[in-house]
Amino acid sequence: MTIRTEPRRTSTAPSSPVRDAPEPLLATPGILTPGRARAYPLRREGPAKLTGEARYADDLVFPGAWYGATVRSTDAHARLVGFERDDAFDWSEVVVVTAADILGENIVSLISDDQPVLVPVGGEIMHHAEPLALIAAPDRATVAAARRRLKPVTQPLPPVFDPEASDHVFAHYEIARGDFDAGFADAHLVLEGEYRVGHQEQLYIENNAMIAVPEPDGGITVHGSLQCPYYVHKAMKRALRLDDRGARVVQAETGGGFGGKEEYPSILALHAALLARACRKPVRMIYDRHEDIAATTKRHPAIVRHRTAVAADGTLLAQDVEVVMDGGAYCTLTPVVLSRGALHAGGPYRCPNVRIRARATRTNTPPNGAFRGFGAPQTEFAAETHLNRIADALRLSPLEIRRRNAYREGDTTPTGQVLRESVAAHEVLERAAEAAELEGVRDRTARGRAEREGSGTIPSSPLHTTSARRAHGIGLALAWHGAGFTGSGEVKLASVSSVELTSEGTIRILTASTEMGQGTKTIFPQLVARELGVSSGEVEIAPQDTAFVPDSGPTVASRTAMVVGGLLIKAARKLRARVEEATGRPFADAYAEHGQATGGLRVDERFEPYPGIEFDDATYTGDAYPAFGWASCVAEVDVDLDTGELAVTDVVAVDDVGRVIHPILAEGQVEGGTLQAVGYATIEEMKVRDGRYLNDRLATYLIPTALDAPRITALLVEAPFSLAPHGAKGVGELPMDVGAPAVVAAIADATGAWITALPATPERILAALAGGNRLEPEPESPLGATVDAPIAGGTDPAPEHATDPQPFRAPTDPEERTNGGVRTFDNEPDPDASDR
Amino acid sequence: MTTYRFTLNEEPVEVDAPGMRRLLDLLREDLALTGTKEGCGEGECGACSVLVDGQVVDACLVPVCQVDGAVVRTVEGLGVRRPDGSVALDALQQAFLEAGGAQCGICTPGMLIAARAHLDAGGRTNDDAIREAIAGNLCRCTGYTKIVEAIQLAAGSRA
Repeated sequence: MTIRTEPRRTSTAPSSPVRDAPEPLLATPGILTPGRARAYPLRREGPAKLTGEARYADDLVFPGAWYGATVRSTDAHARLVGFERDDAFDWSEVVVVTAADILGENIVSLISDDQPVLVPVGGEIMHHAEPLALIAAPDRATVAAARRRLKPVTQPLPPVFDPEASDHVFAHYEIARGDFDAGFADAHLVLEGEYRVGHQEQLYIENNAMIAVPEPDGGITVHGSLQCPYYVHKAMKRALRLDDRGARVVQAETGGGFGGKEEYPSILALHAALLARACRKPVRMIYDRHEDIAATTKRHPAIVRHRTAVAADGTLLAQDVEVVMDGGAYCTLTPVVLSRGALHAGGPYRCPNVRIRARATRTNTPPNGAFRGFGAPQTEFAAETHLNRIADALRLSPLEIRRRNAYREGDTTPTGQVLRESVAAHEVLERAAEAAELEGVRDRTARGRAEREGSGTIPSSPLHTTSARRAHGIGLALAWHGAGFTGSGEVKLASVSSVELTSEGTIRILTASTEMGQGTKTIFPQLVARELGVSSGEVEIAPQDTAFVPDSGPTVASRTAMVVGGLLIKAARKLRARVEEATGRPFADAYAEHGQATGGLRVDERFEPYPGIEFDDATYTGDAYPAFGWASCVAEVDVDLDTGELAVTDVVAVDDVGRVIHPILAEGQVEGGTLQAVGYATIEEMKVRDGRYLNDRLATYLIPTALDAPRITALLVEAPFSLAPHGAKGVGELPMDVGAPAVVAAIADATGAWITALPATPERILAALAGGNRLEPEPESPLGATVDAPIAGGTDPAPEHATDPQPFRAPTDPEERTNGGVRTFDNEPDPDASDR
Repeated sequence: MTTYRFTLNEEPVEVDAPGMRRLLDLLREDLALTGTKEGCGEGECGACSVLVDGQVVDACLVPVCQVDGAVVRTVEGLGVRRPDGSVALDALQQAFLEAGGAQCGICTPGMLIAARAHLDAGGRTNDDAIREAIAGNLCRCTGYTKIVEAIQLAAGSRA
C-alpha cells in the first residue's frame, strides 16, 4: 500500500490549484515504503495494549466495590405509577435509588434539558429500556436477584414510532440559495428519489463502563470508558449538586467510541455516582453487550428525499432536498446531528439553486446520538446515490458527472460559503478512479450485464442471468466533511490546551482529548516535540483527569488533530520562545535545567476564531466549517444472482486530510472508517418492533469480520488548511461518509438495480432484482421531462412482513423471560446456574 | 468448590473454584489477569480468546472444569521473558506495534492469541489464510488491513 504525501496530478485530473501551503510538517514527502513505521513514533500506549497491561474500566480494581444495575422500562411509552417490591426478598442487603434520591436536578445535562437521570414516579416513560431505578449490592448474584424482585408498575400511553407522524420537532433548518423555481424551469431532466437509512450501532468492542468512587469530602470520582471528560463533569455537577472539584472524571483506557461514548457516559456516570452515594462504596456499572445495545444511542435513522434538475450535459441546475431524522425519545445531540446532515445534504457539488429542508422529530424509541460522521453519512448516502442515478439516466459515467459538478476553489456552497482554499474534490476523485481502474472495470462489468441480458431465471426480473451465477460491479462516490465543529461551535466552546515545562524539568501536554484508538496520545507529543526541537519521547502526556487537565473540548467531530493539535502547536511555540529568551540557549539544551531552576512554566492556549470565518446561526448562512475534508471511494462487489448475497471485494479509499501527521495512524482511520461504512451498507441492520431493538445481541446484530471485509487500499491526499498551524483538517469521520453509496453504486453496476434503503441485504437486493427499483428513462427525454422513480414501493422488507414474527430473537431475550404477565428487562444468567 | 490444577503461562497453578465458573472470570477476577477481555459474553467477538492446549477458545464459554490438567496461555504469556525477569514484546506483538495492528486495543489480546495459534500451527501466511484464522475475532477500529499486515510481518521475521 502506497501513500503519496505530496499532491500528485494525474493525466486526467484538472490542474490542482496553487496552494500557499505551510511547509511540510512531519511526513517525509515522497513515496513511503513498507517498514516506514520506523520513521514515526510508535503508538504511545501500544505496548501496554499488546501485553494486556492496559487498564480499561472493567480491569480497574476498587476493593470493596459493589455492583450496580439498572431497572429499565419494558414499555415504549407509559406513565410510571410506582414500584412493587417482593417482600420475600431481603432488601437490607442492597441499596435502591429512584428519582426521589437525586439531590440536584433530575436532568442529564446536554443541549436540551429533556432527559431525566431516572424517570420519577408519576413521570412519563418515553422509550423502551429507559432507566427507572438503580440497585447496588455487594455481589453480582444479589444485585441480579434484587432486580428481578423490583417491578415497575406502569400505565401504557399511546406511542409514536413514525418520525414523519410525530408532532414533536427537536430541530428544523432550512438552507436556501438561488432561484429555486427557475432552476427547475430550465431542466433537461428532473429526477426524484427517496432514500432510507436505519439505526446503526457503534459497536465498540468494549461496552460502556463506569465506576464511581465516593470521596471522603463528599465529592465523587468516576473512572470510565468515555470520549468527553468535561461532558460527564458538567452532568455530574448539575444532577449531583457538586462543584468543579467535587466532580472528578478520569478516563480509563477506552476500547473504542465512534461517538457511542460521546454523550452516553454522562447518564451512566450519574447512575454509578448515585449508587455510590447511597451505599458509600465504590460502585461498578459495567454493561454487558445486551444492555449496551438495548439501551445506548445509535446512528439516527433518516428519510431523505431529493428532487433534482439537471441540464443535458449533467450540470446540476437545482436541488430540492428534504431530510427527516428520527431523534428517538430525547433530544441528546440531535439538533447538531441534523445540522451537519443538512449542511452536507447537497453533496460536494456546485449548484446555483438549492433548498434543503431538514427536521428531526421525537419518537418513542431509545434516543439516537453521536456516531462517526454525525448526520453526514445519512444525507451523503442519499445525495451520492441520487447523483449516480442521474448519471445513469443521462448515460453518463459516475466519474464524468462528478467532473462536471464537484466543487472547485472559488465555488459557493448552499450557505453562501465561498470555498477559498483546500478544495481537493477533484484530486481525490481522480486518484480513486485511477487507482481502482474505474473506467476499465466499468467496461468489463458493462459487457457482463450485456451478456446476461435476454435470458432470465428470475421471474419478471429485468436482470437476465444466462448461466452466470454471479455479477461483478464497481461503484464510485465522493464526499465532503466539514472539519471540526459546525458553525460557531468552536468559538462558543473556547477550548484550552496547555503545554507545561514542569519543575522536574520535563515537558508535559495537558488536554482533555481522549485516546480511544485513533492516536491522540501519539500525535500530540509528535506535534509538540517538533515545535520544541526535541524527540517525541521527551514529551509526556498528562492523564485525562478533570482534576489536572483543562477543558480542551470533547473528543469528537474529527477536531482533535486540527483544533486541539493546533492549540498545542501554538502553546509549544510560546513555551519555546520564553525558554530560549530567558536562557539564550536552544530549547532542547536548556529546558530541563530551566524547569528545575525556575519551578516550571505553563502555557495555556485558548481557541481563537479563525480569521475571516464567520457563520450566522440565525439565518444559516456563512462559513459552516472553517474547511472541508474530501474523500472518494471506489467499491467492487460480487452479487450472487440466485441468493442476493453480496460480497464487497475491494475498496479504494482516497481521503484528503489536510496534512498527514502520522501515516500509519491516518491510514488506520481511513481503513477502519471504510469498513464501518461497508458494514452500514451491507449487513448492519437494527430491527425495531414496538420501539424495541429486536436484535440487541452480538449474535444477531452483525458487524463485518475479517472475511467479510474487503481488501481496502487507503490513499492519503494533502490539501492543507492554511489557518491551522499544521494544515491538518481531521480524518476520523471522513471515510464513514463515502463508503455506503459506493457499495450501492457497485450493486447497481453489477445488476442494474438501485438499492435505496440501507443496508443492502440479500432480501432487498432480490426485491430490487425482481423489478422494484429499475430506472429506465428515455435517453432523449424532452425538455422538462420528469422521471419519477417508484422507490417507496417494493424494496423494503419491513420486519412486519417477515414470516417469523421475531426472526432475530435470541433465546434469552427479555420477552422470553415473561413471568406472570410482567415483562422484565433482564439479562442476568440464572443465578442458580452461575457462580458469578 | 473443587480444586483444579493447570499450567498458566508456563507456571503451574492450583485454584479452588466452582467447576462451572467461566474461565474468563477465573482469569480476570481470581487470578488478576485482566488482559483477556469480555466483549459479548456469548462467543461472538473473540475478545476473550485464550489458548487451551494450543487451541483458540473463547474463555467466556469455557468452564473451569474443562481446563483441569490443560496448558493455558493468555496475552500475558505471549511476551519474551528476559533473564532479569522483565518481559519484552515478542515478534508478533512488535509487528502489531509497528504495522498499526492495534488501535483501541480491546480486541488486541484475543487477536494476538488467534494469530499466535495460527502461526504456531504452521498456518499459511497469505491474506486469505490469515483472514480465516482471525475470523472469530471482531475488530471495530482497523478494518483488519493492518492486522493482516502485522501477522504477515511477524511471519516473515520469524522465518
